[in-house]
Amino acid sequence: MDKIDAVIVGGGLSGLSCAYKLAEKDMQVIVVERGDFPGSKNVTGGRLYLEPIKSIVGDMLDGAPFERKVVRERWSLLGDDNSISIDFTGEKFKQTNHSYTILRAYFDRWLSEKLIEKGVYVIPKYRVDDLLWEGDTIVGVRAGEEEIYANVVIASDGVLSFMAEKAGLKQKMKPKNYAVGIKEVIELSEEKINDRFNVDVNEGCAHLFIGDVTKGMFGGGFLYTNKETVSLGIVVGIKALTEKTPTIETHALMDDFKDRYEIGRLIDGGSLVEYSAHIIPEAGYNGISKLYGNGIIVTGDAAGFALNMGVTVRGMEFAIASGIIAAESVIKAKEAEDYSEKTLACYESKLRETFVLKDLYTCKDISAFLDNDSFFSFYPNSFPDLVEKIMWFGEEPKGRIGKYLWNEMKASGLLSFKRLKELYTFKNV
Amino acid sequence: MRVDEKLTIDAFKTDIESHIKINHDICRDKCKIKYCLFICPGHLYTLNEENNEVVVEFAGCLECGTCKIACIEGAIEWIYPRGEYGVQYRYG
Ligand SMILES: Cc1cc2nc3c(=O)[nH]c(=O)nc-3n(C[C@H](O)[C@H](O)[C@H](O)COP(=O)(O)OP(=O)(O)OC[C@H]3O[C@@H](n4cnc5c(N)ncnc54)[C@H](O)[C@@H]3O)c2cc1C
Ligand code: SF4
Ligand code: SF4
Repeated sequence: MDKIDAVIVGGGLSGLSCAYKLAEKDMQVIVVERGDFPGSKNVTGGRLYLEPIKSIVGDMLDGAPFERKVVRERWSLLGDDNSISIDFTGEKFKQTNHSYTILRAYFDRWLSEKLIEKGVYVIPKYRVDDLLWEGDTIVGVRAGEEEIYANVVIASDGVLSFMAEKAGLKQKMKPKNYAVGIKEVIELSEEKINDRFNVDVNEGCAHLFIGDVTKGMFGGGFLYTNKETVSLGIVVGIKALTEKTPTIETHALMDDFKDRYEIGRLIDGGSLVEYSAHIIPEAGYNGISKLYGNGIIVTGDAAGFALNMGVTVRGMEFAIASGIIAAESVIKAKEAEDYSEKTLACYESKLRETFVLKDLYTCKDISAFLDNDSFFSFYPNSFPDLVEKIMWFGEEPKGRIGKYLWNEMKASGLLSFKRLKELYTFKNV
Repeated sequence: MRVDEKLTIDAFKTDIESHIKINHDICRDKCKIKYCLFICPGHLYTLNEENNEVVVEFAGCLECGTCKIACIEGAIEWIYPRGEYGVQYRYG
């Protein structure tokens, strides 16, 4: 039987990036994607940070269909019926290619077309059903009636990774290790977006929300501006949802979020053009599966490479970087003519030298730290309440502001031993 | 807008057979909370009161995987729809 160099399961950002790097070295590679086209099964919030990956992507993203360059960052703490926000912008963000919003159905499809031009076979509309084995080594995949033999199988099949599971590399999937994201894409004219979000043409805003959006559960809300749409959504821990009493219907969280005054004004007159959902790995470093085996490498979400810091999710840079590093490892294995786990171990060592495993390691305690009522309920309620009191001018005389503030902060519990300790332990995160 | 109305905006190609299978014995014998009924972002699970069986409207499945993970009793056998079938996102 003839073997190609690599077969990649999944035409998401991770699989496509891997294929791109392999094609640069003239390796024979096939990407199998179950959707109608790459990007048709993929959901993201919408922001890709470029700095971490700029040294390794080469020309891969030249000409990419970015939506808008993020030059304005907004954070909002949502109380039950009030909110406070920070609005940040800076020249540094305008002058550099720091981060961009994207829509995956355009972005992944564009990258796959670039690959096809480079001679890579991208086969859509095929679901890979199984791995092919020879003894304890994986030697290819089966998709329906078709069998594809390869020296290495790259499992880039996303967070549910049936390939990693079949290869015996995956931990059992537990609710505490995953969040669900729900997203609505809402069409608005380019001018309206520029005006409402106070940005120029092709410039965009990333707005994150914490607090009442998840009713105090682990997670948050996001709004990213695209060219002529906005991506509005929420992310919430699955375990938190299963434990919430009384129970909340997940889809209703999204409606409550949209119904808020703060959101309503931003999307007024817009029309819904897509409703999507997807789970997100949120166990960070501790949730990572075994990353390779004889004849197999696992990349991107399939390996658990995502960082959910409550309000913001970073997964795409990890997906791209791990795909590229997987490609480098396959190239090394080819030179050594050995595709056993002994040689493929270089994948993990390389990941450890880069931001992929370094960042995940640095943030390994963050979800445990954030996983309490403080960040998703107490602070989001206390701060807006405090500001409300300061802003409110009633019938009584106002008194001295310093003393007033101090008393109110004491009364709200913001200065309690528990909160101050929390602040202190934050330095370890 | 109701969630079922939201789903009508998405593009789906529906296979004949469901990619989600439920083991009703497990639901009846082991599961009190019935997470699937409230956790699905598409609100696709309902309880048929007549025979006390949980049913899922697989045609509107967003393929998120939430039910598969939330059902800790292991009653849900969940695979991806066959190639070409299921939801096809146009924005993503
Ligand atoms: C709501 C939400 C918001 C997010 N926000 C952000 C953000 O703002 N920034 C960020 O960086 N990250 C974000 N993320 C995370 C990010 O989207 C993921 O980490 C990233 O998409 C992972 O890419 P991937 O290529 O590893 O997997 P995927 O994009 O999931 O790709 C996997 C591919 O494999 C295919 N596939 C699976 N099984 C098979 C099979 N058996 N046969 C054939 N094909 C198969 C799938 O169809 C899919 O195309 C967010 C995620 C969600 C859900
Ligand atoms: S959560 Fe699982 S076990 Fe419980 S009713 Fe739903 S499918 Fe059945
Ligand atoms: S995969 Fe998601 S959308 Fe589909 S039935 Fe399960 S929870 Fe609902």
